[in-house]
Amino acid sequence: MSEIAFWGAVELGLVYAFVGLGVYLSFRILDFPDLTVDGSLPLGAAVAAVLILAGVAPWPATLAAMVAAGCAGLVTATLNVKFKILHLLASILTMIALFSINLRVMGRPNVAIINEPTVLTPFYGLGLSDYLVRPAVLLVFVAIAVVLLTAFLGSNFGLAMRATGANARMARAQGIRTQFHIYAGIALSNALVGLAGALFAQTNGFADVTAGVGTIVVGLAAVIVGETLLPSRRIALALIGCVIGSVLYRIAIQLALSADVIGLKASDLNLATAVLVAVALILPRLRKGGRA
Amino acid sequence: MRKLLLALAAASAIASPALAADTVTVAVTAIVEHPALDACRDGVKDALAEAGYKDGENLTFVYESAQGNPATAAQIARQFIGEAPDVIVPISTPSAQAVVAGTRDIPVVFTAVTDPVGAKLISNTEKPGGNVTGLSDFSPLDDHLALIREISPDAKTIGIVYNSGEANSVALLEGMRSRVEAAGLELVESVATKSAEVQGATRALVGKADVIYIPTDNTIVSALEAAVKVAEENDIPLYAGDTDSVPRGALAAVGFNYHDIGVQTGQIVARVLKGEKPGDIAVKVAAGTNLIVNPGAAERMGVEIPQAVIDRANTVVK
Repeated sequence: MSEIAFWGAVELGLVYAFVGLGVYLSFRILDFPDLTVDGSLPLGAAVAAVLILAGVAPWPATLAAMVAAGCAGLVTATLNVKFKILHLLASILTMIALFSINLRVMGRPNVAIINEPTVLTPFYGLGLSDYLVRPAVLLVFVAIAVVLLTAFLGSNFGLAMRATGANARMARAQGIRTQFHIYAGIALSNALVGLAGALFAQTNGFADVTAGVGTIVVGLAAVIVGETLLPSRRIALALIGCVIGSVLYRIAIQLALSADVIGLKASDLNLATAVLVAVALILPRLRKGGRA
Repeated sequence: MRKLLLALAAASAIASPALAADTVTVAVTAIVEHPALDACRDGVKDALAEAGYKDGENLTFVYESAQGNPATAAQIARQFIGEAPDVIVPISTPSAQAVVAGTRDIPVVFTAVTDPVGAKLISNTEKPGGNVTGLSDFSPLDDHLALIREISPDAKTIGIVYNSGEANSVALLEGMRSRVEAAGLELVESVATKSAEVQGATRALVGKADVIYIPTDNTIVSALEAAVKVAEENDIPLYAGDTDSVPRGALAAVGFNYHDIGVQTGQIVARVLKGEKPGDIAVKVAAGTNLIVNPGAAERMGVEIPQAVIDRANTVVK
């Protein structure tokens, strides 16, 4: 693995760390397996790319991408909370609808922004090579997100959301409006995923309607690898675990890509990925196994 | 954690292979593996061998597939850029964008990209400038339409099955639409976004279209047999945009096969390896006018291929 490939993996891991944080919110905090993310990631990329191409400044474009993806989350939450559709199915419905919507947003399947300004443009040319600037700046973005999310989940509002996910009946008995917290949590989760999409488009120069394939797997991998490495009840550590999990996941893929020596072929990549996630899932169980 | 990361970084620094001076490295990446794109990759290799660069002797040929995932394509692009090969050959639009966005130094020769200007890979086909050139696989649509009208002269509506999620296919659809309308005919479109939907999408054209045209669309071509079955059951002639689809059951096609596209790409790669600047090499549309017909398929679809067409064909499928 070369230095550029290594830092490229770190960079992509930091972009997808926002997916990890989003999936942590839906899957771990709210106990809501949300497949909307497979559609909201390309939605975020599409909105950001189209707006940047239309001349909107990168930051407002990125914020708009988060709002759009958050709205996608609200649709899923509405289908589930208001119309009682099973959460998994509700999110699948939104996800497939988003495929068409993303094509509408972009007007075509692929929008290139290779030479357009991005949120990272101001940081290029400050003495560091581009391939180091990107992960460095992204790390700052991710750190800010982790601090804000930690504060949010420690607030009264966030504690109520955690109670909603942990035990909805108990939460309702305490006077918590659980439905409202599901709306808010799923919207926030997808907004974070949309941010990842917007950053992906800006760091790689294009938005593609197929970019969402397997986003939920990547997010779960980040959450689970993080939990395996940093088993902690503290929210801050759990969130940092998601970030580390996301970066390690990308480094693992990078290793799989460069693993021609052990006889792996290009077509074995998905298998290698599945094995990695499965191992991360099994390890904690094996540790517990002795006691159970 | 920090230690692990540092160790990985250190290990990677040591593991990077030093390139010997007398061998060249060509790194090829495709968004997904399927017969046409694989044939394209093999064509690149064959053309390089022809030009004197033999894999394992004086050529290191590296290949990675992104397995359909643009994020993986981005990662493969970074890996290749880090390894600094002599030329990077990205096959398909997202793979090419990921590579072009990542490097301004390493020569890039893209291929199987339908609309390289629209994809922002280059701004000018005559003199692309910078480190990028390549080959567009935009189909010879005029030839396709002419062939359809020659074999099915009574057809008034042309049905087209494509994946609205593929940039290439949408460009081809628009190109076909303007040509069909200019000829005073009507175009009916039907969309399949995954291979499982191809049969249903083709069926939706029954009763609406006099003939069916399948463009060079990764999704539809990968499930071509499903479309062929519908065409045979309903006596609708089915034409393809690529010659590889004809032995698989399409009635006829005129154009290139993807091995040819790979060969033409490989020839450009060889020019770059011999010292030409990519930015000075004009981006061309792949050439090729092979005519291939399948009389058996025609019979099953209730049509007869005129003798003149069969006589002119480069290949007649038995």
